[in-house]
Amino acid sequence: MSGIAKLWRSTAFRLLLAYLFIFIVFAFFTLGYVAWNARRVLDDQIVSTVEAEITGLSEQYRLGGIRRLVNIVERRARQPGASLYLLATPAGERIAGNVDEIPAGLAAQPSRVDAKPCIGRGPDCLYRESPYGRSSDPDTVTHQAIVRVFTLPGGFRLLVGRDVEERARLREVMRRALGWSLLLVGVLGLLGGWFVTRRVLKRVDDMTETTRTIMAGDLSGRLAVSGSGDEFDRLAHNLNAMLERIGELMAGMKEVSDNIAHDLKTPLTRLRNKADEALRAARTPDELRAALEGTIEESDNLIRIFNALLMIARLEAGNARETLSDFDAAEVARGVAELYEAVAEEGGATLEVAVEPDLPVHGNRELLGQALANLLDNALKYGAATGPGVAAQVSVSTKKTDDRVVIMVADRGPGIPERDRGRVTERFVRLESARSRPGFGLGLSLATAVARLHGGALRLEDNGPGLCAVLELPLVRREAREAPAEAALQGVEPSFQRT
Amino acid sequence: MLCLRQVGQPSTSGLPSVFVWRYDAAMRILIIEDDREAAAYLVKAFRETGHVADHAADGIDGYAMAREGSYGVLVVDRMLPKLDGLSLIRSLREQGVDTPVLILSALGQVDDRVKGLRAGGDDYLPKPYAFSELLARVEVLARRRAASGSGEPTVYRVADLELDRLSHRVNRNGSEIVLQPREFRLLEYLMKNAGQVVTRTMLLEHVWDYHFDPQTNVIDVHVSRLRSKIDKCFERPLIHTIRGAGYMVRDSGAKA
Repeated sequence: MSGIAKLWRSTAFRLLLAYLFIFIVFAFFTLGYVAWNARRVLDDQIVSTVEAEITGLSEQYRLGGIRRLVNIVERRARQPGASLYLLATPAGERIAGNVDEIPAGLAAQPSRVDAKPCIGRGPDCLYRESPYGRSSDPDTVTHQAIVRVFTLPGGFRLLVGRDVEERARLREVMRRALGWSLLLVGVLGLLGGWFVTRRVLKRVDDMTETTRTIMAGDLSGRLAVSGSGDEFDRLAHNLNAMLERIGELMAGMKEVSDNIAHDLKTPLTRLRNKADEALRAARTPDELRAALEGTIEESDNLIRIFNALLMIARLEAGNARETLSDFDAAEVARGVAELYEAVAEEGGATLEVAVEPDLPVHGNRELLGQALANLLDNALKYGAATGPGVAAQVSVSTKKTDDRVVIMVADRGPGIPERDRGRVTERFVRLESARSRPGFGLGLSLATAVARLHGGALRLEDNGPGLCAVLELPLVRREAREAPAEAALQGVEPSFQRT
Repeated sequence: MLCLRQVGQPSTSGLPSVFVWRYDAAMRILIIEDDREAAAYLVKAFRETGHVADHAADGIDGYAMAREGSYGVLVVDRMLPKLDGLSLIRSLREQGVDTPVLILSALGQVDDRVKGLRAGGDDYLPKPYAFSELLARVEVLARRRAASGSGEPTVYRVADLELDRLSHRVNRNGSEIVLQPREFRLLEYLMKNAGQVVTRTMLLEHVWDYHFDPQTNVIDVHVSRLRSKIDKCFERPLIHTIRGAGYMVRDSGAKA
């Protein structure tokens, strides 16, 4: 019962019924049209046969008078499968032929002079469809025929016609064909529909079942894809892709929280130790005060680490994607280089800047700025060649290829050994040589995350000697940009991202 | 010296004294924040720095108080019970309340600042923050509002230092000082907020238009370069370093 109710509620079943109805109506009209046409053709044939006979007989009458006509009519009437003939006197008495009498309606209503050879009841048509009695039949069974009554010169009346039993048979055949075909359409349609509905319903039910288990918490579940590439496959495929993305985001979130929890332990421990030590060791108010200032400094660092970690995590999770817009990387490169130029000068380092104009990229100006600042900061910190009094030589340069914007920050320092290059972009990884200097080991991780967010990459290369950090970003083609004016505006008031 | 109060003993709030300076005119500040502990800390800290601070614990209360009270600055947390911070700001702005608003937010995402400013906020500070940073920003907002009626002057003057914003010329004691464009903007921002503490992040935001953490002392280097041009040959220094907070341009001789 519920199965039938379910079937009735299913879209596929209702569609099936609708199609069934349409097909039945279609079959009905097609067969009806065929039947109507066949009948018309048959009628036309009868009319032309009778017309020919009348012409022939009236010719015979003209040539040989009534006697000759009587002979011919008698002879023809006896032939098997003969037409219907009746020759009558002007008063209506039968002279010869195979018909009992001129049907009453025909005798009473003569055709008009200008009547046409058509079949109808009115006086406009020469032909009538009319019941008649056969003279050979003993019983009074009436048959149906198409007849014409022709008045010969001299008042004799000649009836010529043809039985339309054939037509009745045709109608019978048609009716039967219609019945059978309707039955066939119905049965086949129902069967096919039942099959299709069952199949479709089964797949939808399977999908519902799978989504239910997924909703219950099993995010690893996936919808079955049959491989036929039909609508259901496409739907399943898309839903699976969506689940994949949700899973990724969930995993990303989990990883972020795990990592942050783990990564913050070290600085928190350091902060705690500092406070602890102050409590134990400090004696005078000044010492306590200095210790407190130290802990505040330490917690400020903690905040900075936390912010940097959070940003890296969010970038890696792809959370910032919706805030991206087109901007000029050249403006950012020049701006950040200018920001650090003073630092370089202060430290006796040289900073060379060779930035090409117009480097359109799609992304986040702030983040790219931060990434470049990190790279420059590193280069200025670690870029000095070993040896006392040797100044760092740092250069910022750009390159534009067909599809990429490349920003290079190079120094002439000791560089990074090849085996460590992959490692240093991980969080909190600091090489032995850098441990003595301030820093948290997050700068390159952040730069890498920013590069990835922009669809690019950060590569660390040998500058022979020194390190060359290569930031590659996809170039935005000018014609692909929606409004070039926007990019120009970007430089004027860049703190607001237009989306 | 200055208008800066160097507190001898550790202040009662546990706030390090280096964070504490006095502002000439007391401000009325409304803190709309649901975390009672954080709010109590802020109220106390603002009071210790000579301001009047009230506290509202949820969005509806905050909205009512902000509409009725004549506050100089609103400090609004983004996530509030009953009515969230951004909606609150939007409603206030629709009602024609133009009190400057500083948004505090635990969300540090890239677009949060933009969303906050679009909602009608005037400044944005992600949590966690240092109180000195918050205080400096709140004071700048309050001052900007007080000065908004008169319009921005074309020439800034502090003691014998003069900056002409139209001709981009800087004079001190009658002799011209040649500045790089960026140095000019730096001095312009400092002088615009003369007498007020300007933090390093505020300088990075307004002079370089970046909102990130510059890791090293980049801002300090730029300020010290500027200082060498402005203050080097003069007896009275005008650019002062406020320890633990930032910088301030002020006529030190006037109240010494």
